[in-house]
Amino acid sequence: MSMTLKKPHHVAHHFASEAQEFESARLGMWIFLVQELLFFGALFVVYAIFRWWHPETFMEAHQYLSWKWGAFNTVVLIASSFTMVMAVRSAQVNQRKSLISYLSLTLIFAGVFLGVKYIEYMEKIHHGFLPGSFFSAQGVSEYLHLFFGIYFTMTGLHGLHILVGMALIVWLLIRSFRGEFHSEYYTPLEMVGLYWHFVDLVWIFLFPLLYLIG
Amino acid sequence: MDTSLKIESLMQKGTAFFPGAVGPFADNADSLFYFIFWGSVIIFVGITLFVGYFLLAYRRKKDSQLATGQMTHNTLLELSWTVPPTILVLIVFIWGFKGYLHMAVPPLDAQEIHVNAKKWFWEFGYPNGNKAIGELVVPINTPITLIMSSDDVIHSFFVPNFRIKRDVLPNRYTKLWFEADKVGNYQVFCTEYCGTGHSAMSAIVRVLSAEDYKAWLADANSGDELPLDKLGEKLYTAKACVTCHSTDGSVRVGPSWKGIFDANRPIKGGSTVKGDENYLRESIVNPGAKVVVGFENIMPTYAGSLNDREISALIAYIKTLQ
Amino acid sequence: MSQVPLNYLNATKGLKSWLFTLDHKRIGIMYLMFIAISFGLGGFFALALRLELLNPKELLFTAKQYNQLFTLHGAVMVFLFIVPSIPASLGNFLLPLQLGAKDVAFPRLNLASLYIYVFGGLFCVYSMFSGAVDTGWTFYTPYSIDTSTSVISMTLGAFILGFSSILTGVNFIVTIHKMRAPGMTWFRMPLMVWSLYATAIIQVLATPVLAITLLLLILERTMGIGIFNPALGGDPVLFQHFFWFYSHPAVYIMILPAMGVISELVTAFCRKNIFGYKLVAFSSLAIAIISFFVWGHHLFVSGQSDYAAMIFSLLTYLVAIPSAVKVFNWIATMYRGSIQIKAPFLYFLAFLFLFSIGGFTGIMLGALSLDVHLHDTYFVVAHFHYVMMGGTVMAFIGGLHYWWPKMFGRMYSEFWAFIAWAFVMVGFNMVFFTQFILGAKGMPRRYYSYLDQFQPLHAFSTFGSWVMAVGFILMAFYLMDSLLNGKKAPDNPWGALTLEWQTQSPPLTENFIETPVVTRGPYDFGQEKRS
Repeated sequence: MSMTLKKPHHVAHHFASEAQEFESARLGMWIFLVQELLFFGALFVVYAIFRWWHPETFMEAHQYLSWKWGAFNTVVLIASSFTMVMAVRSAQVNQRKSLISYLSLTLIFAGVFLGVKYIEYMEKIHHGFLPGSFFSAQGVSEYLHLFFGIYFTMTGLHGLHILVGMALIVWLLIRSFRGEFHSEYYTPLEMVGLYWHFVDLVWIFLFPLLYLIG
Repeated sequence: MDTSLKIESLMQKGTAFFPGAVGPFADNADSLFYFIFWGSVIIFVGITLFVGYFLLAYRRKKDSQLATGQMTHNTLLELSWTVPPTILVLIVFIWGFKGYLHMAVPPLDAQEIHVNAKKWFWEFGYPNGNKAIGELVVPINTPITLIMSSDDVIHSFFVPNFRIKRDVLPNRYTKLWFEADKVGNYQVFCTEYCGTGHSAMSAIVRVLSAEDYKAWLADANSGDELPLDKLGEKLYTAKACVTCHSTDGSVRVGPSWKGIFDANRPIKGGSTVKGDENYLRESIVNPGAKVVVGFENIMPTYAGSLNDREISALIAYIKTLQ
Repeated sequence: MSQVPLNYLNATKGLKSWLFTLDHKRIGIMYLMFIAISFGLGGFFALALRLELLNPKELLFTAKQYNQLFTLHGAVMVFLFIVPSIPASLGNFLLPLQLGAKDVAFPRLNLASLYIYVFGGLFCVYSMFSGAVDTGWTFYTPYSIDTSTSVISMTLGAFILGFSSILTGVNFIVTIHKMRAPGMTWFRMPLMVWSLYATAIIQVLATPVLAITLLLLILERTMGIGIFNPALGGDPVLFQHFFWFYSHPAVYIMILPAMGVISELVTAFCRKNIFGYKLVAFSSLAIAIISFFVWGHHLFVSGQSDYAAMIFSLLTYLVAIPSAVKVFNWIATMYRGSIQIKAPFLYFLAFLFLFSIGGFTGIMLGALSLDVHLHDTYFVVAHFHYVMMGGTVMAFIGGLHYWWPKMFGRMYSEFWAFIAWAFVMVGFNMVFFTQFILGAKGMPRRYYSYLDQFQPLHAFSTFGSWVMAVGFILMAFYLMDSLLNGKKAPDNPWGALTLEWQTQSPPLTENFIETPVVTRGPYDFGQEKRS
């Protein structure tokens, strides 16, 4: 990273250098992601325990999920990760236009993901595949309501993370329009990028665990 | 039948810290406690002496305010306060684990008694089908295994004199065994917080001699001869109604029984109902059906815990409380 | 009154300059204020429930009110007071100063943590007025699913407070890694910094598990997802495992910063290098790591497998050793020192004795067969009050007295500090030593009414609570008085060597006029030839 200050980014007063500022932000983000990992990790433990206790329920339940929609969403998210990487790269090589278009693409992919999720949720709700006490569908296993409790909690929290990510991308877009990101300063882009890849990664685990049991 | 229900005091007998010891586990727990206790006292006195000496010897002087030495390491010293404590706690660990294993494995010939915990009483089910609330009667010198479960939230079965305790869970059985070697009445507590009546959720373990126990078995249905209202009065305590209902008009978790017979009872939802025999019976068997205003629907059902004669006896007793 | 030099307190004026400040010192002071209020509130609940226990049966409150009181006492003291106490108030104030930095790495995030804390606190307060929660601060299922009281607002409050804690942890770790002054190597850091570092690691790793657990409990109550509800096929004990996976490490979130404070106190008031710097520093990290593997010792009687119980018991003893080693190191530090007995040092002594008693009784509770008898009795209550109050609170108050001149530029009355200390010590032991005996005799905790035979001990314990209250009220008075009328504090009243004492009292907004260059360890009194 260059140590010269050409553009309007000012290093915060308590940092000695731009490098220190950038490295602090990156370390902070990684530690934050470790925290996120444990947050979802606890949910994966819940999933593992209940799957161990009621394997037949989980086998049955996954048939009520559409693996096609799930696979589609997986592809969408992987694509969005790719566009995010390209956005960061565009900033590094000072291509503002492609930065803005890659960020917009990422935002669109995220929107598509949530749209598909909405379709899936509506279908589940329509058929009564709801968590816990709201469960009203016809099924064979006794504990289907537990599976859907776990399903909605995990995908719901993941969806919430996507929403937060979209808000962050909008914020990045506004700053990109103002020309604040360039080869000398792209810290927020890199940080949101890390977050976005993490959220994608969670989905990469959620998809097979929930949709592809068997 | 021995009618004296005096419970062994937890504060008298026993040692400075522990209540009177009964059964096979007290030895391990008590001796372990006093081992750690005296070990701690010795270390604590040692710490105090050192600190006291340092405070006296190294008080800051007016003329020289500097420390007289700057020792920062002494491997021997550090080893000497790391290794022996480690050995000591390992001894304690093994000692405790042995005692725990003893508790974990009931003898094969143990008598089984089922324990059912509900908010807020203990119900004991004997092999012969008898059920009793609030009183566990066992013969002396006989291993007993309690097979426990809960109808609602988590409870915990604790007999201080026996040094035993085990959580009682809904939807699952937990086991606990003991063998009482002294005749007497011993206090049972619930030690997992379970709501408003938690501290009133007690019971008694009555340890009888072999002959008394035989007599008690024969006498199990002795309630038959009592007049209904007297039997009801007895059941009021024996079936733990007393936990939530008073007989003097004071409000506990549930409404007082005083004066409720034939009175108009305001019910949640706006209507009123007359407190007649049918209403009282319904409230015992299906307490949630009509809940009096100002109270919560928290009473468990007594269907199955009381037979018809006992329900009639309770109603007869309530009639006397005008 | 003499002219007060420019400092962080008078640099800018007005409420706004505080509400939007990014200065870690001001943020620390605001935390201190909220933490003091929380301590007062929790203490008020404690006095109220001790008063009720004067009588074996009903005295002032109904059973339900009593249950709400002890729940609120626990929840307020744990989530609002003791978890943030040292790290968020003293830690925020000190960490950049001790590192020779101008601020923490992320000042905005720091301010956000404060507001998240206040926001979470408001939920807890709301819960008090909307059918106060009565589950105990542990929120055990299925009781917490069934009860009609306001569980959601309190757990949501704790959930939000958790994020404040996590973000503070992230901030501190980065600050320690990246913001050290030139020459401030890892082994030149004050032990306070080491312990804040270990604490921050636990905050980041354990708190999210609590967050998800409380979230699941909220979902359980709103949607009945059934994971913890046996009536729906779930497992209530799973909740306990999750809860203690956070809450046992959380015990070390509470005690590790206290150990850091104690290391500062003993070195400063003995003018002595710490005995075994690296051992003390690394034992903090060891404690932080092992603390993640001992949660099962809260479940010895819950029906977990005997082998699990055995392993948890063994690991519990492993985590006890580093704590014991630290105590011995502090005592050895006094050897051949130049000991000055001032208020902070009195609290060091209080910590030493009370924490040791807490440790010894912890050994008893870690022994499997003995724990079966002592579990969920007053013995446990007494044990954790000796550790948390005798340990953490004593260190916190000691640290507060130690850094008070630096924070506010004023001295307080040593005489009244001694009197208050004496009241607190006597009162504390009256309240809690009694409870060891009560518990071992079989008195279960969370009991509204109790057997008549326990009354004398309960009454003695209640009298003790009044003695202790007098001590704390005195303390509030003389500290307030110090703010208004206290003697002006010199820059380094105790002659300590850590960096925060090398700048003016109170410090400038930027902490140091020039970034300090560190050339020696934090406690190198031997090389320091001044008196």
